[in-house]
Amino acid sequence: MPVVTLVYAALFYLATIILIGGLAYRIQRYARTPQPLKIPTTPAPTTRIGVVLRMLREVVFFASLFKANKWTWLFGWIFHFALLLVLLRHLRYFTEPVWGWVVWLQPWGVYAGYAMILGLLGLWARRFLVDRVRYISAPSDHLMLTLLVAIAGSGLAMKYVWHTDIVALKAFVLGLIYFDWQPLPADPLLLIHLLLVIGLVMIFPFSKLLHAPGMFFSPTRYQVDDPRERRHVARFAQAAGRLAE
Amino acid sequence: MAQQAKFDVPKLREYPIVPRVREGAMQHSKPFVAKPEFQQPLGFPGELVDNWKEVALGKMGELLNKYRSVQVFLDICVKCGACTDKCHYYLGTADPKNMPVARQDLLRNVYRRYFTFTGKYLPKLVGAVDLTQDVLEDWYRYYHQCSECRRCSVFCPYGIDTAEITMAGREILDSVGIGQKYTNEIIGKVFKIGNNLGLPEPALADTLQGLEEEVKADVGVDVRFPLDEKGAEVLLVTPSADFFAEPHVDGLIGYAKVLHQAGISWTLSSYASEAANFGIFSGNYENMQKVAQRIRDAALDLGVKRIVVGECGHAWRVAYSFWNTLIGPFDFLDPKYPAPQHICELTYDLIRQGALRFKREANDHRVLTFHDSCNVSRGSRMGSTPGGQFEIPREIIKACCNHFYDMAPETIGESTFCCGGGGGLLTDDLLELRVKGALPRMEALKRVVDEHGVTHMAAICAICKSQFSKVMPYYGFEMDMIISLHQLVGDALDWGATAAH
Repeated sequence: MPVVTLVYAALFYLATIILIGGLAYRIQRYARTPQPLKIPTTPAPTTRIGVVLRMLREVVFFASLFKANKWTWLFGWIFHFALLLVLLRHLRYFTEPVWGWVVWLQPWGVYAGYAMILGLLGLWARRFLVDRVRYISAPSDHLMLTLLVAIAGSGLAMKYVWHTDIVALKAFVLGLIYFDWQPLPADPLLLIHLLLVIGLVMIFPFSKLLHAPGMFFSPTRYQVDDPRERRHVARFAQAAGRLAE
Repeated sequence: MAQQAKFDVPKLREYPIVPRVREGAMQHSKPFVAKPEFQQPLGFPGELVDNWKEVALGKMGELLNKYRSVQVFLDICVKCGACTDKCHYYLGTADPKNMPVARQDLLRNVYRRYFTFTGKYLPKLVGAVDLTQDVLEDWYRYYHQCSECRRCSVFCPYGIDTAEITMAGREILDSVGIGQKYTNEIIGKVFKIGNNLGLPEPALADTLQGLEEEVKADVGVDVRFPLDEKGAEVLLVTPSADFFAEPHVDGLIGYAKVLHQAGISWTLSSYASEAANFGIFSGNYENMQKVAQRIRDAALDLGVKRIVVGECGHAWRVAYSFWNTLIGPFDFLDPKYPAPQHICELTYDLIRQGALRFKREANDHRVLTFHDSCNVSRGSRMGSTPGGQFEIPREIIKACCNHFYDMAPETIGESTFCCGGGGGLLTDDLLELRVKGALPRMEALKRVVDEHGVTHMAAICAICKSQFSKVMPYYGFEMDMIISLHQLVGDALDWGATAAH
């Protein structure tokens, strides 16, 4: 087995472990930390179903961001949904046979690649052009955008400029899943693309990408507005005997 | 006439624009530090402790374990910038550290440095910083340039609420011995005397008697202002400013008239003569609970069936959102009524039942608009449906006034602008901040004044009322343009035959 295959196989397993382990650690921390008081941003739903709908509006339409800033919303929404399509398109490397709807999605996934870059460049432009956003941007914010643009760019370049052997690539990926290792095509562009993706996966649990799981633990959004009807009991206060009874 | 100021008062513009960043524009602004005698009764060190760095980081670790909000909010910000032009203090001062995300970053950058992998090993990359004296001073400055109004949390795609971060920042500052004089002195007064103003029982009784005489002379009706009357149906807790400050006291007179005409027996309590709870401002759970506990004790002692809260923004947030947790359950009260109930809910119910008689012409010399108070708007509710906190006060105004116009939609409702004096900032040592922070509200007001001839702005918050009376003259408005909502109600009540005898 070529060394490059071994290195990449090892990196993929490592990245998977870091992603799952890291996210599990953060999520259990969010879940275990008590929320002593009721703090939904009102007007808020008064029922659980209402909260589910509120969350859906946030996750699917970025409702609050839409209220805040139309440009950020536009570029942000384009980027995220293009990313979703691109990820779904990549399912074809992970399943055999390829599911029908994934086949149907293929051309859309390619357009989404362009849309993804457009969205990212729009968001990036704000970090230079809007003085307020420039002020709050750290090097890591620029690095994250660099990484994502490079991933999308290298992916599109493989589609249109330097093709890679996608049959061999799929064999490699399936081999990883079933522990039946196959050689990885050693095309430079593919190696770069995969390395960047591995990097992104590895930093996920340590970076602002935590907004994805974290937003479901945001009390201002997930809490039901019913403090008078239901007594919200704070775990830490109860343990310390700080609740009036 | 515009008041003289030692700083530049912002100009009112026809079309507000977001200012360009001016670094350090409010670097000089900070409130007086609490003296040791105001710190100790609250359980905080009197002055800066020697090992403040360890204590501060220890406190931060404790808060991260205690508040999911703090832990999650410090982790998940992506620096998208959605909040950067939403804070009234940024809009009024242009200091970038008054952008909500930058305010959070003051704490977040230290959190990263000591509590996260990337911050420990790659601090420069993520902007993590060491906790130094400079950082501590920035915390003190800029966590006292936030009124905890939650406007930013409406627009944040993840609902990050800077108020939670400000509260955490202030709690850390208190824990190392740097408290804010205004807030902590007031909490101390409540512990000792029972209200923010330090008004003892005899003075309160005297004031209330004076009000009875005043109302009698005014409308010829024996409207009572009962104090400590056991067996009354309603315990009314209201901000102590309502007892004598203008225009607050006219609101109190309004509540009394409503309760009188509806024939509801009620009482104030000299032990719990304060609805305000400054514990929320410093974010300290124990102090907030201790302040609230007096109200439960008074309600039980007086044997009342209902607790009604007067016009006060943060007090209503604490009452509506936190009381049941802090001092509940309220199983000793009449389950037919929400516990606690807002005075506006009570008045609105009476209006719908037809229990109040109005002569709306009494308010014809006024053209009204309504200022939604931040804590009522974004931290609580009235009535049974979301948004009732916006509809009910407006319905009350329309029931007793003929001329009402709302300000621009992006400045009211859930997007309402803070008055500029909330969150423990209503102190003269922060006057410049208060004047500048009022700019967005003043601009919105100017437009309805010009377009509709608005003469008065009604509010349901003691802090808003005090703040506007103080800052409106800086913008060329009369200080008595701000009015209590229940003054409008009280003025329009028709005593008809009752008044004759």
